[in-house]
Amino acid sequence: MLSFFSLLYKEVFRVWKVGFQTVLAPVLTALLYLLIFSHVLAQHVEVYPGVHYTAFLIPGLMMMAILQNAFANSSSSLIQSKITGNIVFVLLAPIAYWEFLAAYVLASMLRGLVVGIGIYLAALWFAQPPMLFPIWIILFAVLGSAMLGSLGVVAGMWAEKFDQLAGFQNFIIMPLTFLSGVFYSIHSLPPFWQALSRFNPFFYMIDGFRYGFFGVSDISPWISLMVVGGCMLGLMLLSLGLLKSGYKLRY
Amino acid sequence: MPPAIDVRQARKRYGELQALDSVDLRIEQGEFFGLLGPNGAGKTTLINLLSGLALPDEGQLSVLGHDVVKQYRASRRVLGVVPQELAFDPFFTVRETLRLQSGFFGLRRNDTWIDEVMHHLDLTDKADTNMRRLSGGMKRRVLVAQALVHKPPVIVLDEPTAGVDVELRQSLWRFIQQLNRDGHTILLTTHYLEEAEALCTRIAMLKHGRIVALDSTQNLLSSLAGCRVRLKLAGNLPASLLLQVVEQTNDDYLLTLPSYQALESMLSELRVAGVEVHEMTLQQPDLEEVFLRLVGRAGH
Repeated sequence: MLSFFSLLYKEVFRVWKVGFQTVLAPVLTALLYLLIFSHVLAQHVEVYPGVHYTAFLIPGLMMMAILQNAFANSSSSLIQSKITGNIVFVLLAPIAYWEFLAAYVLASMLRGLVVGIGIYLAALWFAQPPMLFPIWIILFAVLGSAMLGSLGVVAGMWAEKFDQLAGFQNFIIMPLTFLSGVFYSIHSLPPFWQALSRFNPFFYMIDGFRYGFFGVSDISPWISLMVVGGCMLGLMLLSLGLLKSGYKLRY
Repeated sequence: MPPAIDVRQARKRYGELQALDSVDLRIEQGEFFGLLGPNGAGKTTLINLLSGLALPDEGQLSVLGHDVVKQYRASRRVLGVVPQELAFDPFFTVRETLRLQSGFFGLRRNDTWIDEVMHHLDLTDKADTNMRRLSGGMKRRVLVAQALVHKPPVIVLDEPTAGVDVELRQSLWRFIQQLNRDGHTILLTTHYLEEAEALCTRIAMLKHGRIVALDSTQNLLSSLAGCRVRLKLAGNLPASLLLQVVEQTNDDYLLTLPSYQALESMLSELRVAGVEVHEMTLQQPDLEEVFLRLVGRAGH
């Protein structure tokens, strides 16, 4: 287990050493979204009855940041290590595959959750969303960040260059997060787009997470839990399988 | 007692290139073993298979009896590898790097040994320096230190002295020889053949992924009978000796002779031809000659 804790420590230490870029920058970005969207739309949109748009926006932005940062952490750490060659020190060590995966995913979760909490604390200045069911909030934050941390491991293993990873982030992660209901309820969409949104796993993460705050959601949180849990499990198994096969790590 | 390294019918292909072709190799515990060959001969591929950085297509490899694929954790625990590529983690200092590497191998509170390794590699005054600020030679020293943090019984050094100064080479070899005397098995690849000749008790030569020679250093050297003689002459070399010329620059000749006894007849032929000898130097056969004969100048 000491191998696992050492790898986890290394990954967390790496985030901490560049905390300005890994934690403060995404918090600032989320606050800019909040400032602009709430200023422009607050008077025109009421997504759920009695819920102010600014308050509605906060959980969505939190979850978006949690997911994006969890993904960025494991994927960028792996690609950097691969390109600079220092991945060799981890590969030469007697670290079990599950320890490797768990360390990268846990460090990603930690960064995602710290950014999410940072956004919540900073956003309190704009609005105070209620927290009706904290257990759902924690559950979706943990499962969502674990899922994206694991997806980051897959992407980090697959990518051989930084621009491949940027492509993965820009053409898969960003569209899926923006089209998941961060800024709106899918009930405000035309039927076709509503139906399409149900194929987006990010929608379930954000909808379930938001349910924890307001007690209302577009879909039952139990269904969201099953979808997110299933996706997370699937991605974990995929990552583990790829690690075992040495995919693009052990040639 | 299991061998330190046991390779049986190992094969590895990269696309069209057969990097390793049915290699068999057994290195006993406590040996100082040299693996030589031109670039692309398969030395690093073999090391990568042993260390788990690459997976074999066929064959079995084990370190101290632990299969490198099925018992990968046990085999990596007993193996320390100094990789050829100069890699480092820019986030950490030298001491942090070595503590982390100890942790990867399951070792806590390893500072006594870390201090000793740093001392032997002249790294003590750089302990708290960030890796980014070290020179290439210093980074190479850290690479060696990282391979030794867990006191591995089997140590693999893949070109550890490439591009480093004489001082490090000497301190490194002193330390490695000490470890070998203490019972650690050493597997070394190097392009400096004089290093291999001085250090290794047994040597394997690889060419196109196959072992073309495997013997004790002494046997390999004695397999080259005869000697070479360099002559500076006042006139032209007699025609009867031309077949023995290896190199010629103006009146400077390098000849190969089948035995020391042939010296006498060579000198008498020169005397008969009336050619005066200005200078004469005898050269002993060295590993480079064995290497060139077995592996070829261009590795073909």
